[in-house]
Amino acid sequence: MRWPGTILREAGILSMNQRNADYIMLNNKRRLYPLVDDKLKTKELAQQAGIAVPELYGVVKTEHAIGDLEDLLGEHRSFVVKPAHGSGGNGILVITDRRQNRYVKASGSMMSADDLNHHISNILSGMFSLGGMPDHAMVEYCVQFDPIFEDVAFQGVPDIRTIVFRGVPVASMVRLPTRASDGKANLHQGAVGAGIDMATGLTQSGVCQNARVTTHPDTGAPLAGISIPGWDKLLLLAARCYDLAALGYLGVDVVLDREHGPLVLELNARPGLSIQLANRRGLLPALKAIERMKTIPTSADERVALGLDLLVRHAPS
Amino acid sequence: MLRNLPVWIIAALLMAAGAAMCAYKVRALGLPLLPSTDTAVWTVEARAAFRARGGPVKATLLIPKQPPGFEHLDEHYISNGFGVTQEASGLNRAALWAVRRANGTQAVYYRLTVYETDTDNPTHQDPFPGYPRVPDYGESTQAAVNALLNEVRSESADIATFARALIARMNREGANPSVDSLRTGGDSPGAWAQWLVDVLAGARIPARVIWGLPLVDGTRDATLVPYIEVHNEQRWIPMSPETGKVGLPDDFLVWRIGNDPLLAVDGGAQPDVRFSVTRSQRQIVSIARDRARQHGSLVLDYSLFSLPVQTQNVYRVLLTVPLGAFLVVLLRNVVGVKTFGTFMPILIALAFRETKLIWGIVLFTLIVALGLGLRFALERLKLLLVPRLASVLIIVILLMLLVSLVSHHLGMDRGLSIALFPMVILAMTIERMSLVWEEHGAWEAILQGGGSLLVAAAGFLVMSNPLLTHLVFVFPELLLVLLGACLILGRYTGYRLSEFWRFRAVLAGKDQ
Repeated sequence: MRWPGTILREAGILSMNQRNADYIMLNNKRRLYPLVDDKLKTKELAQQAGIAVPELYGVVKTEHAIGDLEDLLGEHRSFVVKPAHGSGGNGILVITDRRQNRYVKASGSMMSADDLNHHISNILSGMFSLGGMPDHAMVEYCVQFDPIFEDVAFQGVPDIRTIVFRGVPVASMVRLPTRASDGKANLHQGAVGAGIDMATGLTQSGVCQNARVTTHPDTGAPLAGISIPGWDKLLLLAARCYDLAALGYLGVDVVLDREHGPLVLELNARPGLSIQLANRRGLLPALKAIERMKTIPTSADERVALGLDLLVRHAPS
Repeated sequence: MLRNLPVWIIAALLMAAGAAMCAYKVRALGLPLLPSTDTAVWTVEARAAFRARGGPVKATLLIPKQPPGFEHLDEHYISNGFGVTQEASGLNRAALWAVRRANGTQAVYYRLTVYETDTDNPTHQDPFPGYPRVPDYGESTQAAVNALLNEVRSESADIATFARALIARMNREGANPSVDSLRTGGDSPGAWAQWLVDVLAGARIPARVIWGLPLVDGTRDATLVPYIEVHNEQRWIPMSPETGKVGLPDDFLVWRIGNDPLLAVDGGAQPDVRFSVTRSQRQIVSIARDRARQHGSLVLDYSLFSLPVQTQNVYRVLLTVPLGAFLVVLLRNVVGVKTFGTFMPILIALAFRETKLIWGIVLFTLIVALGLGLRFALERLKLLLVPRLASVLIIVILLMLLVSLVSHHLGMDRGLSIALFPMVILAMTIERMSLVWEEHGAWEAILQGGGSLLVAAAGFLVMSNPLLTHLVFVFPELLLVLLGACLILGRYTGYRLSEFWRFRAVLAGKDQ
């Protein structure tokens, strides 16, 4: 029996402490956090840089403005309400349809206008935001997700998380909602994470509640072998997000929309560690190789190429 | 590693500073590392009486300088109308009382307070006095002494064993006629001790008589008892003049060295000195404080002991908080326990001080469970955040009141101590727990709640540990050591124990 720490280190597994101390603290400047913690700012920056994001319908800033929600929504039948400073997917409400004064949630259950207003009020009072500060509620386009993940997602919107270190994409996974995660694509809440082969864009088997899975727990469909369309474009998009915020250790969440293609949902300055389980590959070898490099290419294309090259060189034997 | 160098250096400096300060207080000031706090303190009073002749009087009383195995705590000179000075007198000290005119029986008092130190084989530290001259015994005695010395010399290895064997032989009756003739050398204990010293001088062994007081609580009218010290060229070795047993008896306060008169009176007669002894227990800490004052050390003047007792008691509690904080660091960053709020468990642990562990856990669980139930009921009312928090807070206080009342009526007065629970913290805990419950499920909420309770219980055990609380209170500089450890853990990038479970799939895959 070998010491478990040695095994994990040999597997290149990044620990929570090391992520915080060696990667987040050293590469993510504190003053840049508001750029990603405030999703309104992120959206603004992305639009300026020509990076595709879900369209913003409007922002609710005061209790009083909740009453004007109908005007704000206009003709849109489906939409998403989220806190501008939310974390971990908390407080995100997906409405897929409207029927008179009632709203249909992603799960199919109905919600009254009162319930919706209360939810927005909770967002404004800071219930879901970091540190409990008063917040704004964003109302935006509900992504019509690409049917390629239809078999392996239980409601909700699957997204693709990519870790970008100093602008170089080093690992990706697709996050698939489950019944347990209530339509949310957050692994903490029970979503499935399936690894993605960076070179080909093919999904692999995954992880759910920290245990390895090969099929989706709700649909039973195999996770591996799904080819993500426009994978090269998606990697490039993720790499370009580094130019937005200059956060050295960044998680980029992208959704695939049926019509609009890959859209950047949000950026994360503290991406989780489960991506290593999903990919059955530790992050450390790639991270250390990039740390050792004196210069990193400025163009996003070259950084993507570098990332793929590193993966080949540091592939587990 | 290089990246962490400043952290290591700062941490090492902090730890060294804290440890050095603590070591100084232990070694120089005698502050105890362990909370066994009491030591024996002896108060000895010497009553020096004499008959004055009506003219000027000068009385000189020899007093202890550095009695082996004891430390001075305090001394007082008490007299009526006399002027008092203190001076060195050879190996002793002397107290001088003087008055221009005195008549009749006079008494002056010297009161000394000492406490026992933990030295093994205490002895005098004064240097080697040189080899003594062989005394002139007179012809017949000389022969007997020589015979005795030769006899003893053949049975001994060094000065100590020689002296011991000699004393033993001198004390044994009927062993040898020539020795028996020497046994008549002293008719009082003091004269006998001096005679032994004289015989030892025949072998050119430096020896001397010392006079001490056996410390027995409640003694009155005691007098000094002679003892012998032999120097073996390295140190003085005390020996019993009756048995030759090495070492001072227990509770034996050496009062003076040599045979100079204990009390000398100019202008008076019938000097007489009587001793009385009382014993008391005192905390070592308070002794150290008195002693630091005598040594002129400022350290304890600026210690917690110089504060009013009430403030001291506040700090007694506050200083344990860093211990709890350090425990939280260990449990969260090294073990990986999940808790509600970073230091919330510490505040709960502080409340446990009053309720004690079992009751604390019971009451905490009760309040949180009841509060959670009512919080879920409130959820249906769709309240805004701050009014909802305030409502939960009011509910928590009402629940506490209810628990107090019910437990009082049931005769369980422990339940009353619930009033000391930090209610705002409880309200926030209930609010956060309900959020986690809704968003991450009951399991996660119970996991984090249980984690908080576990950390609080562990925190209570650490923060109420008598040894640790004693250490941080008497040696607050140890917090620097704790700070250094926190800095080092602040750069700990290894795995948490919980990550072995989280990444168990990796472990299972690689370990086959």
